[in-house]
Amino acid sequence: MFDYQFLIEVLVGGLLSGVMYSLVAIGFVLIYKTSGVLNFAQGAMLLFAALTFVSLLERGISFPVAFVITLAIMVVLGVSVERAVLRPLVNQPPITLFMATLGLSYVIEGAAQLLWGTQVHGLDIGISDVPLDIAGVFISRFDLFAAAVAGSLVALFALFFRYTRTGLSFRAVADDPFAALAVGLRLPRVWASVWTASGIVALVAGLLWGARLGVQFSLSLVVLKALPVLVLGGFDSIAGAIIGGLLIGAIEKLSEVYVGPLFGGGIEAWAAYVVALVLLLVRPSGLFGQKLVERV
Amino acid sequence: MSAAPSTAQLSPSAGAFVIAVGAAIAFGAVPLLGFDYLMDAVLTPFLALALAAVGLNLLTGYAGQVSLGSAAFLAVGAYATYNLHLRLPQLPLLVDLVLAGLIAAAIGIVFGLPSLRLRGFYLAVSTLAAQFFVQWALTKFGWFSNDNPSGVIDAPVLSVAGFTFTGPAGRYVFSLSVVVVATFLTLRLLRAQSGRNFIAVRDHELAAKVIGVPLLRTKLLAFGVSSFLIGIAGALWAFAYLRTVEPAGFNLDRSFQILFIIIIGGLASLRGAFLGAAFIVVFPLILSRAGAALLGGVFDSGVLEMSQRIVVGALIIAFLIAEPRGLIALWDRLWRAVTRPAAVRNT
Repeated sequence: MFDYQFLIEVLVGGLLSGVMYSLVAIGFVLIYKTSGVLNFAQGAMLLFAALTFVSLLERGISFPVAFVITLAIMVVLGVSVERAVLRPLVNQPPITLFMATLGLSYVIEGAAQLLWGTQVHGLDIGISDVPLDIAGVFISRFDLFAAAVAGSLVALFALFFRYTRTGLSFRAVADDPFAALAVGLRLPRVWASVWTASGIVALVAGLLWGARLGVQFSLSLVVLKALPVLVLGGFDSIAGAIIGGLLIGAIEKLSEVYVGPLFGGGIEAWAAYVVALVLLLVRPSGLFGQKLVERV
Repeated sequence: MSAAPSTAQLSPSAGAFVIAVGAAIAFGAVPLLGFDYLMDAVLTPFLALALAAVGLNLLTGYAGQVSLGSAAFLAVGAYATYNLHLRLPQLPLLVDLVLAGLIAAAIGIVFGLPSLRLRGFYLAVSTLAAQFFVQWALTKFGWFSNDNPSGVIDAPVLSVAGFTFTGPAGRYVFSLSVVVVATFLTLRLLRAQSGRNFIAVRDHELAAKVIGVPLLRTKLLAFGVSSFLIGIAGALWAFAYLRTVEPAGFNLDRSFQILFIIIIGGLASLRGAFLGAAFIVVFPLILSRAGAALLGGVFDSGVLEMSQRIVVGALIIAFLIAEPRGLIALWDRLWRAVTRPAAVRNT
């Protein structure tokens, strides 16, 4: 007798945790789309944002004020990354930029923990994790909240890209950096604002993940969960990041429950990578990624 | 090998002389004078990391395939040597070592298969699969660690043809010999047709294909040889340096460390791999001494680790911006300035 209710529960749980992956992945996509950089430091930024926020809270600063201060710090971080790392490396091959962000992630992680210490902080954002009973299927209230936040963030970004001048310039740069330069867009300014935007995404994702796992070093490893999502969805598609996240979340949970026992469990760590790899062999630029055109 | 860098600019006989002096110092003076701490804490890990960096540099620097899974192959090498030694005790240690390298190479080729269709980031991400899979398998299946509950393995005694390498000096000489031989063979490989194929594939894959470089063979050869070298480096790291190993010691940070060695040392340069490894090993020691001297008690191990991360990360960025060819380019410039001051002024 196959337990369908359990299957649905696992599936929903997976999809909702996939939303959390998407949230991290969106930060990557924003930067990749506009500057062609795979920003490995996204996880470090997430850790930095969450750690700063929690430490401010613990020093008796109220929730909204701490949020605004952290936001301001992320803006400063975004602008200074553009100044110190991206601008001198302009026109370098993408893989060089990737390695630079690897270095950057070390700097940010080190700085975050040097400033605020390495102990684990609890973070309570006021959402109880009592499961909700919907037609006999238990769904975590926290997961629903996270999904709602992620959904509204994506909607906000969609509106922003569509209706604001800055959003339009983001799209122009993503489309063709040279043409964008030619019509007078300021590339450095666009990059600085896009890093700021992904800093904001990092803050939101950091708070949600931090509330789930506790704010600690392992938060920066969330980035490793987001990479297969990116591979699956394509590095340059926000829609791909969302669908990829949902898919990875669902596959991870389903395989852990139904395939994992065959291997003795614990396959969550690499199942997503294997799925992403298999897909890549069929579609080398992911589900929604732009086809790579190789110039000779 | 510390003398090898200069040979390019010297006449053959002078080069041979420099190598002879270097070998005499490395094999003779250092172990005989008995700098135990130096050999145990600095030179042996330096040799193991340098060999791993040589392996990764062949793959990333020469053949242009970025890999983030080096630590996985270190682990494969270490655990394969351990199991061969444990389960086939009749085999001599050197055969174990070579077989372990071949096992690492086989696994490297399997994880290198995606490189036929993937490039750049997509490939880098897919090599992470090797990292996670190997670490999981080693922790999960007790067989690999002879059912030790925590996956920890103890090192066998290093002995070749009845001669045992014990103590810091013995382990150092053993590592040095292995690294010298492996580096020499790698150098031969890189100077032959296969080495030029690597560079052709790195610089322009399509063009390489057009002039008849077999892409499939070249890429898989790069993955295979690279994993072979890294596997042997893993065995050295485990048995000559740490003498006890657990899977957690081969985590992602170790992979990044090896990548950082070749970025700092210099991509596509074997000498760079050695310079970079020397830097990565010596730098934390200097930093901890300097930090303790300047800041005293405030500079505890936590602060040390964090400031080390910051400085290493910042150095990576600085090198990529200011000298993408790494320490080795600085070294060459310095060498030219010392030996031919006039030539430098003219250029």
